[in-house]
Amino acid sequence: MTFYDIKRQYNTFDFENYTTGVSDKMVESSMQKEILNDMDFLNLLSPKALNHIEEMAQKAHETSIKHFGKGILLYAPLYVSNFCINNCIYCGFSTKNKIKRKVLSFEEIEENCKIVSEYGIRHILLVTGESSVKTPLSYLKKCVEILKNYFDVVDIEIYPLEESGYKELADAGADGLTIYQETYNEELYKLLHTQGAKSDYKYRLDTCKRAGKANYRNLNVGVLLGLNDFVSEIFFAGIHAKYLQKSFSSAEIGMSFPRLRPAVGTYKPKTVISDKNLIQAICAVRLFINRISIAVSTRESKELRSNLIPLGITKMSAGSSTEVGGYAEKRKCSDGQFKINDTATVDEVKKMIYKKDYQPLMKDWTIL
Amino acid sequence: MNKDFFNIAGIELKSRIFIGSGKFSNNKLIPEIIKSSQAQVMTVAVRRFDFQNPKENILSYIPENIHVMPNTSGARNADEAVRIAHIAKNAAKTDLIKIEIINDNKYLLPDNYQTAKACEILAKEGFKVFAYMNADLYAARDMQNAGVAAVMPLGSPIGTNKGLKTKEMIRILTEEIIAPIIVDAGIGKPSDACECMEMGCAAVMINTSISSSQNPVLMAEAFKDAVNAGRKAFLAKLGAVSDRAKASSPLTDFLN
Ligand code: SF4
Repeated sequence: MTFYDIKRQYNTFDFENYTTGVSDKMVESSMQKEILNDMDFLNLLSPKALNHIEEMAQKAHETSIKHFGKGILLYAPLYVSNFCINNCIYCGFSTKNKIKRKVLSFEEIEENCKIVSEYGIRHILLVTGESSVKTPLSYLKKCVEILKNYFDVVDIEIYPLEESGYKELADAGADGLTIYQETYNEELYKLLHTQGAKSDYKYRLDTCKRAGKANYRNLNVGVLLGLNDFVSEIFFAGIHAKYLQKSFSSAEIGMSFPRLRPAVGTYKPKTVISDKNLIQAICAVRLFINRISIAVSTRESKELRSNLIPLGITKMSAGSSTEVGGYAEKRKCSDGQFKINDTATVDEVKKMIYKKDYQPLMKDWTIL
Repeated sequence: MNKDFFNIAGIELKSRIFIGSGKFSNNKLIPEIIKSSQAQVMTVAVRRFDFQNPKENILSYIPENIHVMPNTSGARNADEAVRIAHIAKNAAKTDLIKIEIINDNKYLLPDNYQTAKACEILAKEGFKVFAYMNADLYAARDMQNAGVAAVMPLGSPIGTNKGLKTKEMIRILTEEIIAPIIVDAGIGKPSDACECMEMGCAAVMINTSISSSQNPVLMAEAFKDAVNAGRKAFLAKLGAVSDRAKASSPLTDFLN
């Protein structure tokens, strides 16, 4: 069964109607369970669950500590290109936006790697816009090879590939894949992604599966919060993650909760996800899938990031730049994907983690 | 009791607690935990070795008189475990290796088949192999035949603190396996550790239950006491358990 088939079972499900009918009792009983089913998960995402947010947080905290201990892994994104053939109306890199565009040369990549690795970062996320012309597979392979000389783990956030493409990148050293579905709502997806390869909803939905078949160690899913109502989106992302965990038992499954940030363009979020809802989502996912890694990026503020540490997150980006080659270039050579919120340095992030009585982890894998 | 040493992999140990190092809030806690638990062996994940950053490198926090036992966590098959073991040997200058091969990222259950394969290869190469495993007699025999220093069955899935869910299997192992049995994973309370010792296990391996407690240093001490109590009880030989009360004035005595 593909995830598309699983998702289809909910096509006529009225999320709003169901969640408004959830009672305190239903939330309590879902929270007490050791193994939560899909409806329990949904109960924890309902408005009533906000009355129980502290208990949810306590339980999420306990669960996280038992499974992951008190360590927070630090990573950084490295944008190597902002060329994109797609027109996602919410994204600064959209082909319609008149921004300065750039593809890093291999020398520039080396230069950026040196700087990021000097910060102490050992886990990197290779990010590109979606252009197989400007950043073909051969280019990405070389990027991964260079990155692997500086970092222990190289995850990729690039345009969707076939399984064979993922295999080639794995052979070059790629360890994991991050890909956001953006929205699980198929109709909305079509409205937001009007042209280019990204308009194929099903192909994107199957991306993690193709990478899983290529034996990737890390598979990360997520939605872009703000595009649609958060309950159904987190619900689908959660059951997608669970599906991947069942399908690829040897992979570490991860989830992120990016909220839309100001970017170039005129797009305004359809819904604003409050901090409280974000916390609710993180706790609900932690209780639904105990062993899932949860990442929080510098899209969020320093204060919130610090407060999220004991709530179940396991990974944080630090010292990030969303500009192409932004680590090496103090002069502006391109525009970033979105505005960063937490601009703290890697050392400041480490201190903040220690202050919370947690330990920053710089290294959590050995290159084999 | 003072002379109750045990010899494992050529090392003479007095403490029967092995400590895991992966879940603490700060590496600085490690020396204190070691002191209060009186452990003499600490396992460290090779994937956390970080020689580029001595301040972050967990090995820098382990006191010199403690035996470091690298583990292969992150390995998904025998081949990866063997490669990690080689990295460990060079980096930590030790023959000790704890094999952890996990192909299930939900429950982190060890893969006995791959583990037995890795044990065979590494024991032949001269490693002192400690095999983290699902409590299973056949697999334990395979590992024993491969020449492991100890088998380490799990009490329950790692991180669950659920205690000795595999108690009956572990009991069978203590009866049938000659290699030392070190119960690993799932031990949630000092009383669980005590029970392992009462059953005749050689040692216990503790991590989550110490690191996830409110006061890890005090909890480490509690484990030390519990393990000592359990060991003493084992040495003293527990009285037999009976379902029926044994009458002190027998009713059929007149037959004699
Ligand atoms: S979200 Fe990705 S695919 Fe869409 S415009 Fe931005 S970079 Fe391109």
